[in-house]
Order: sequence, then structure tokens, then C-alpha cells
Amino acid sequence: MAVLKALFQRKLALLGLIVILAFVILALFAPWIAPYPFDEMHKDGLTDFGSPLPPSAKYWLGTDTLGRDLLSRLIFGAQATLIVAIIANTIAVAIGTLVGVTAGYLRGPGGSALMRFTDLMTAFPALLLAILLAAMFNPSLWIVVIVIAMVNWVQVARVTYTETISLSEREFITAERSLGAGAPRILFRHLLPHLVPTITVYATLGIATTSLTEATLSFLGIGVQPPTPSWGNMVNENQTYFEVAPWLVFFPSGCIALLALSFNLIGDALRDILDPTLRGRH
Amino acid sequence: MPGYVLRRLVQMLLTLIGVSVITFLITHALPADPARQIAGRTASAAQVEQVRHQFGLDLPLPQQYLRYATGLIEGDLGRSYVQRTDVSFLIASRLPATLLLMLGAIFCELLIGLTAGSVAAFRRNTAADQGVMIGALFFVSTPQFLVAYTLLYVFSNWLGWFPLSGYGTFSHLVLPSVALGLLGGGWYARMMRSSTIEVLRQDFVRTARAKGLSRTRIVLVHVLPNGLLPIIAMIGLDIGYFMSGIVVVESVFGWPGIGQLTWQAIQTIDIPIIMGVTLVAACAIVLGNLLADLVAPLIDPRIKLK
Amino acid sequence: MMNRLMISVSIAALLALGACGEKKEEQAASEQSQTAPAQPAAPAEPAPAPAAQAPAEPAPAATTQEAAAQPTAGAIKQGGAMTVTFKDDISTLDPAIGYDWKNWSMIKSVFDGLLDYKPGTTEIIPDLAESYEVAPDGLAYTFKLRHGVKFHNGREMKAADVKYSLERTCNPDTASPGAGYYGAIKGFEDFQAKKATELSGITTPDDYTVKIELSHPDSTMLHLMALNFSFVVPKEEVEKSGADFGKHPVGTGAFKVAEWTSGQKIVFERNKDYFRQGLPHLDKITFEIGQEPVVALLRLQKGEIDIAGDGIPPAKYAEVLQDPATKDLVTITDQLQTGYVSMNVNIAPFDKVEVRQAVNMAIDKDAIVKLINNRAVPANQPLPPAMPGYDKSYTGYAYNPDEAKKLLEKAGVGSGFETDLYVMNVDPNPRIAQAIQQDLGKIGIKANLKSLDQGTVIAAGGKKDGAPMIWSGGMAWIADFPDPSNFYTAILGCGGAVDGGWNWAWYCNKDLDARADKANAMTDPAQADARAAEWGKIFIDVMKDAPWAPVFNEKAVVIHSKRVAGPDGIFADPIHIPVNYDEVYATDAQ
Repeated sequence: MAVLKALFQRKLALLGLIVILAFVILALFAPWIAPYPFDEMHKDGLTDFGSPLPPSAKYWLGTDTLGRDLLSRLIFGAQATLIVAIIANTIAVAIGTLVGVTAGYLRGPGGSALMRFTDLMTAFPALLLAILLAAMFNPSLWIVVIVIAMVNWVQVARVTYTETISLSEREFITAERSLGAGAPRILFRHLLPHLVPTITVYATLGIATTSLTEATLSFLGIGVQPPTPSWGNMVNENQTYFEVAPWLVFFPSGCIALLALSFNLIGDALRDILDPTLRGRH
Repeated sequence: MPGYVLRRLVQMLLTLIGVSVITFLITHALPADPARQIAGRTASAAQVEQVRHQFGLDLPLPQQYLRYATGLIEGDLGRSYVQRTDVSFLIASRLPATLLLMLGAIFCELLIGLTAGSVAAFRRNTAADQGVMIGALFFVSTPQFLVAYTLLYVFSNWLGWFPLSGYGTFSHLVLPSVALGLLGGGWYARMMRSSTIEVLRQDFVRTARAKGLSRTRIVLVHVLPNGLLPIIAMIGLDIGYFMSGIVVVESVFGWPGIGQLTWQAIQTIDIPIIMGVTLVAACAIVLGNLLADLVAPLIDPRIKLK
Repeated sequence: MMNRLMISVSIAALLALGACGEKKEEQAASEQSQTAPAQPAAPAEPAPAPAAQAPAEPAPAATTQEAAAQPTAGAIKQGGAMTVTFKDDISTLDPAIGYDWKNWSMIKSVFDGLLDYKPGTTEIIPDLAESYEVAPDGLAYTFKLRHGVKFHNGREMKAADVKYSLERTCNPDTASPGAGYYGAIKGFEDFQAKKATELSGITTPDDYTVKIELSHPDSTMLHLMALNFSFVVPKEEVEKSGADFGKHPVGTGAFKVAEWTSGQKIVFERNKDYFRQGLPHLDKITFEIGQEPVVALLRLQKGEIDIAGDGIPPAKYAEVLQDPATKDLVTITDQLQTGYVSMNVNIAPFDKVEVRQAVNMAIDKDAIVKLINNRAVPANQPLPPAMPGYDKSYTGYAYNPDEAKKLLEKAGVGSGFETDLYVMNVDPNPRIAQAIQQDLGKIGIKANLKSLDQGTVIAAGGKKDGAPMIWSGGMAWIADFPDPSNFYTAILGCGGAVDGGWNWAWYCNKDLDARADKANAMTDPAQADARAAEWGKIFIDVMKDAPWAPVFNEKAVVIHSKRVAGPDGIFADPIHIPVNYDEVYATDAQ
């Protein structure tokens, strides 16, 4: 609660919260908010030459290259975009924390092996790995979620690992250990609570990264499958119209930037609030 | 120290072997048949088998990997199925362009990041500071394709300041470098701001300022030397971020680097190129990480190389 | 993307598939443009059996060829340069291997074959051969070579080089994607199986005579000798460059490769010793690689480049056609291409003919044509309108969702069903697939899109139970010369319905196969019309079973700068994509 209060006191973070809330509302109530279904190709939605229409009274943000209402697609697009960003990142943080804490707590050959595997994953060019994984399975919303999670857990693992190591050398843990406390007790009662601030910060900042990864995958045509809109695949579909109909690209990529910016603002504020010593790049 | 480096190098080697195994497994699980791709549409079943045999694609997977690994030791990355050329040649011919682009991007990152960061620090808590910091965060949050396309249309197409696309002269390099470097520039700005603020707090700097030492001098003499090491460490880590960025940026600007090669190879499932690029990129990333780790103890004496 | 895999190939081969993304596909197809209406089936079936062409009279053949060169050669001054851009790498310029829509035409300018096509047409003319003769039984071809033709390295081209080049293509070690075309040459099987060290069917009685004997008649043999895979290469250069000959090509052609910077550019320089007088016109052609099509077009509008190899991106199409400054620089021609949805007859419920017919009726083709800026005409049968045998009176399955629903009910799937529609993930194909998806949704078919790279889509199509539906765009079949058989054998016949084959509908109708064989046996030119008519009927009968839903026939669109020009039809050449490089001239050099 105190954290929330502190967040509210920071204007920028508050702004970020409001934006995210607005996106969440759009996503949840899209069918009621959006003026048209996201996949309806309007008969009057294209010029005679088959070009998209500019913004007008009927189509507030214009139409896309298939004669669909861009605003409706943006609103529905919040669904897939948020699902990927939040769920993929949650999974990534969960995996990362599990690996990091386990490795940090176990130490020895087991922990070392886990961290070597993490190093291995760090060495992969993330986008390349994601592209390959996406090509291996037929891409769908959930495959995209899993692919991104599989690529993004590594950072969290490294951070939690370092934290766990330094925590377990602190007196209260060594004391618990000498008192004969079991591993679960040490892990859940003592280690995890201390890791919460770090994890929260990384989870928030990670959502920004995740939504950008989704956007890039979709931009390359291997993300969320059409006609389900995501902001990333909307850019992909319309990218060649950048010069002719810039709104087709600017609105969705602006939404992506706004979403990532909001999560970054909150993450930044959380970092300041929760742990002023955490600095630098995540 | 030499012992540490040696151990890290061995570790790196193991990592790279791991990367090659995993990439090999993934690429061979892709649902496409290279033998049929090579043999062409007119090929009979027998011809396809012939090709499969000739390229060793009929061997059991572990054996195929061994063949590949043996080649690697001799510096042979195999031959592209599509281009029918040595992968090492293809990568080598494109590596300079990508390295140049990376250098350009690092330069932009530093130029933008260090300037913006120190400006913000000197005007701490003013509108300028806030503006710079939000701007930095904005670039950190903006998809690279948006940045790339915007730069292309504004500065090349409308204003005509830079060539639209291509490679070769300095002016070709500018926009792609900026597109790739803006993201990192945002990070450097944030970092530079905090290290400058720290230096400015120190007594001797306060005195120097009171005596009229210019801001530029303070940054050059007092801030940068301290901030240099973390910057070097970050550049080491940048390489990994760049690997993703170049696929997008090179394709928008028609830059003849690894990124375009990779993307084409993925589209045609040209497995040897995908493998080769992944390995080269992994090498670069691992070396970058090593650089970052070697620099770390110099920054913070509490960190020891173990 | 196309790219380039051999998959994305298009070409002047006998059976070729189209290429690459929409833009590319268009160009790919430009090869076929224009052909048929003017000259019906004749060039397609060069009548192997009784006809002996230009027997022992080199003169007429030579004149024909002279005549072909005449209108351009005399008046046009040589000189000048042009720049062509492509998005993707030029993979190789090895004639035995190169098989995509970009390098196909480039190879034709660096190398020559025994025969060639008259510019702007599909009419076969002698090239390195001075004349040729076909035995009455169609089992032997004798080619007399020109004297004094030199490779770029200065050595004279002789009969042994022809034999060497053909053997190189057929040698399994070369892994040529075109080897399969030459199966009729005597000794092919033994040579392929490495039981023989040479192709016994090819002999060289003297330095300027090549005799090719066949094990069975092949009505396409003359086309095969005009195909890149038969182009003549110098042995010593191949051996010098080894497997990298494709990057260091040496031929007899109009241009030499002066510079090749991988991933950046290729520079062609005029071959001053080219055996055809007055050709090529240009001193230099620069191919710039890696340029986005949109950017390439902007550069063309600014006058920086001369031909946008990847065509006009959809986004700019309306603008380019309306702008007085550019609209005259655009050439639009018909091409022999059909975009279709294949339905796999092995996969329920597409095993029911009613369902397949319903799909045909459900697709609003007019709306889809508009989506791609009217760059196509709606299709109702596999053959494109420009192809001999096309049945103008056939109306096909008209757009009628209500009737389609009734058919679904009749098939017992009135409540609808769920299926997958595969599509290549390059614009505009996912967009077209979404329009199809929406149309199908209206009759209760829920088609999930699988938008994948083309290699994966093609692999899925080649598996018996792989892909229920495929939108063919970007990978579509484009014929190389106007013969309807090109649209049947591999993509609708039983022979293509095999693992890894190209008959993605897995449609196999033995009766139709038998009728197809019969039609192909009608090799006498006098029977050409009857043959075309029979082919037409075969395709109409195919449509009764409706394994495809033909959607549209795309047009070829090429744009070039004012700086370059060429004889009529040069930018709509049926063989060369995007243009016949030898024939283009620079207006500023005149």
C-alpha cells in the first residue's frame, strides 16, 4: 500500500498507471467500446483504387488496407498486445526467479549447471532465437507468449541469482541455517520476501521489453496471427503505407511506445521507491 | 587475472558448443525439407534422395552435427543451400557493414547519451531535466522500426539531407546509426545523468565550479574518467541488443549487413546461414559479456574476478 | 519471398512457379505476359515429330535471327548505364543452378544457349546454334554452332563446351534444380546413377556440331535448349572457380560481370566482343541489392535508379498510376498466372465435392481484386485467359453465399466447421487470405490462418494430410510458355499428388490424367487447336470436382525511369524479368 501511495505521488508514474489502466479497460470492454467489429471489411472502406481511407467522421482513425476500421482494430489490438506483454512476462519472471533462486541457494554443481545454462541462453541473439522458435511451431497468440517467455527469463534469472547469493550470506539466513531450518522455509520465509522488490521492478520493466519484442516479431510477420489484431502485426500489415497513409503505422506503433513508456515510468518509480541502490540497465 | 581469463575462455567455448547444439536441433526441427529445396520442382524422388545423400542430410542427426562441428574446427561454416556459397564467405562479406553500423550506433549512443545525460544533470529538477529524461525513456520505449521509418521519411525523403538507402559513404551511415543508437542513447543518458550528479555533489567539484570551471571541463575532466568504465561495460552488453536491432534497421535502410542476410535465410530456411549467423552473433555476445565482466572489478574494487 | 529459394522461383522453364511476394510475383510473371493471344500454341509445341526446321539451310535461320536484331541494332547507339534494384540477394549466376526470378534474366545476359527467344515473344530462334535440325521421329536434334563465338576469357566456344555444360547440369554432383528437365536425353538415367561418365545421347561429330539423341520424344526439347540450365559454360573457368563458379561467372553473353560485392551490388559491363552486332546497348548495368521496394520506388521517382526490380508496392500503386509524371513509365500486361485456393481432398470435409464447390461460391473475387488495387482480373478456371484452351464461355461458380450454404448442408456440414488456411507471410498474401477467411466465415467455415514462411507452406502442401487449404499467392504457378499442360501435370495431375509434390489439393483423377496424356500426344501443329480445346475441356472437368477455388489472374507491372527505353514490348517481355537487359538502351546516350 505504501508503495502504491508513493507511486501516486509521482506524477509521471501516475500518468503511466492511468495510461495502462486505460489500455486495460479498452482491452476488457473492446466489444462494447469499439465502433465496429475488428475484422469487418467495410464495403465503403477502400477507395476505388483499393487504398485505405483517411480519418473521417465514419472511421475516426481511417481504415486499414483491408477496409477495416483502424480505431476498432486498435481497441481490440490492446487485447492481444496486453495478453502477450503481461502473460509472457509473468512466465518469464517466474522461470527466471525459479532458476535464479534455486541456483543461488543450491550453489555447488547443481547451481553452477543452472547458471551455465543461463549463460548459454544469454549468448543467443534473443530475436534470432525467438524467430527460430516461432518458425518451429506454427505461430499463434500462445506460441508467441511462450516464445517470448523462453527468451526473456534469462535477465531475471541472473539478477535473482546474484541477489540470492548475497542474501544467503547475510547473518539472518546463516543463522536460520545453523538452526536447522529446511530449505523451503529459508526459501519462502526469508529469501523470496527480500527478493520481492527486485522482482517487482524487473517484472514491470520487463513488460516494456516484452511488448517491444512482440511488436518486432509481429513486424517481421511471425507474431500474432491475423486477423486477430495486435499493435505489432497492425504495423506489419500497413508498413508499406508509411508514406502514403502514415496514420496506419503511427497509431499502432504510437500505442506500443506509449504502453512501453508507461511501464518503464512505473518501473523506474518502483525502483526508486523500493530500492534506491538498484540502478542502471535492466 | 590470466587464469580467470583462461577459465572464462574455456567457459565461452563450452557455451558456444551449447549454442551450436541447440541451434542445430531447432533448425533441423523446422518443418521444411532442404533436399527438396535444393533439388527443385522438377526433381524425381530419386533425385531428391541423391541430393539428400550428397549433402549428408540422410545421416542420423548426431552424425550430421559431428560433421558440422568438424567443419567448424577448420573454420568451415558449411555451404548455403540457396546461394551455394560458403557461409563463412557470405558472413565475412557482410560483417564489415554490420560492424561499421554498430560502431556508428555506439558513437550515436555515446554522443546522444552523454550530452543529454550531463545536460540533464546540470539542470537537475528543471523542466529541461525532465524533458531529457522523458525523451530518453521514450526512445527506450519506441519500437525500432518506427524510429527507422520516421528518420527515413523525414530526413531522406522530405528533407533530402541523406541518401534514401544504400551503403558506401558517410552520409549513408548516419541515419541507420541513429536509428540503432537512439535506444541505447536513452540508457546512456540515464546513466550519465546519475554519475554526473554524483560527481557534482563532491566538494572539490563544488569548489571548482565556484571558481568558474566550465561545465564542459567538469564533464571531461571529472565525470567521464569515472563514468568511462561502466560505459565500456555497457558497450560490451550492447552487442546483444544490437543483434536484434540490425535485422530491422538494416532491412529498412537497405544496409548490406548480417541482419538482412539473416532475415533472408530465415525466410528460405537456409539452415547453414542461420546456424552460422547464430554462432557468430553468440561469439560476439559472449566476448561482449567477457569485456563487461573484465571491466567490472575496475569499476568497483569490491567485485573480484573469481 | 520470396526469396529465392528455388521455391520462389519463377521462370522460363517448362513448369515454373511463381515467385515471391506480390510485387515479385508480378514480375515473375511478366515473363508470360503478352504471349498467347498473339501466337497461340504454336511456339509451345515445336512439333518434334515430322518437322525438320531449317534443315541444312543455315541461311534462313540466320536471317530470322538477324531480322530479330535489326530494328534495334541499326538505329540505337551504344552507351550509357542503368541501375536496377532488388530487395534480396542475387544468390548465384551459375546457369545450372540459378533458378529464381531475379537471377534468371541476369544469367541470360551473361550466358547464351543454343537457342533463345525472339525479344518480347516466346518464339524460338537460334542463338549459339546457327541452325538446327530435328529428326522425323523426334528422337534426334542436330545443332550447327556459330563460328567465332568467344567466352569472356577469350577462348572460342566449341561443341565440346555444349556437351560439357549439359552434362554438368545433369551431373548429380551439381545438384542442379533443372536436371529433371533433361530426362529424355539418351543415357540420362545411367549418368545420374553414376553408372556412366558421360551422357551417351550427346555427341560432337565435329567442333561445330552437337547431336542430341533422345530415348523418347519430348515435345519440349527446343525450349529446353533455350532454358538457362542448358547454357554454355567454359570448363576451365568452372574448374578454376570450383563450386563458386556462380559468383565468378564466365560465359559468352552480352555482359560480363565486372564487379560483385556480396550483398551490395553487381556490376555488368558490356562484352565488346559479343557475337550479336550492336548488342547490348548499355555500357554498364548496376544491380543494387537490399533495397526495400518502397524505398526503391522513391529513388526511382527521384531519378536515382532506373528499374525498381521488385515492382510497385501496393501502397504507391494508386499514386504512381495517377501521377502524370510516372504513369507513362508503367507497363501493365497480362501474365500466365492464376492465384487459387487449393483444397486438400484427403482432409475432411474437403473430401466432399459439395464443400469444395461451396468454397468456390463463397469467395467474393471482385472484392479481393480491389484489395490488390485492381491489379488482377477475377478467375473462374485454372487456366488464365491468355492461355490457349481457356474457355471464355465457362462461367464457373458465381459468387453466391446462399447457394454455398445449401451445398454445405447437403454435405452434412451445414452447421459449419473449422479448418486451416495456409498462406505465405509476405504482403499482400496475408491480407488476401484474411479476405478469403472473412468470406468463408459468412457461410460458417471458420478458417484459421497459418501465415508462415514459404518453405513451410510448401512443405505443408506437399504432405498428404498437411494443409487443408492453401492460398497460392506468392508461390503460384506461372507457366513459361503458353501451353496448358503446364497448368496440369504437376499441380493437378496424379503425378504431383505425391509426398513433396506440388499438387497441394492432392487431386488425382485417373480419367483426366489419361485424357491429358492423349492431348499431349497430339504433337502435329495442325492439331494445335483441337489439342487446346481438349485441354480446355479437361480443366472445365477439373472444376466440376473443384479441387481449387481460382481467385484471380494477376497482371505484370513494371516501372522504369525515363532514362531507359527499349523496343516495343521490352518491359513486358515474356521471358525476361523485369526486362531483357541486352535490349534496353539509354535515352541520354542517343
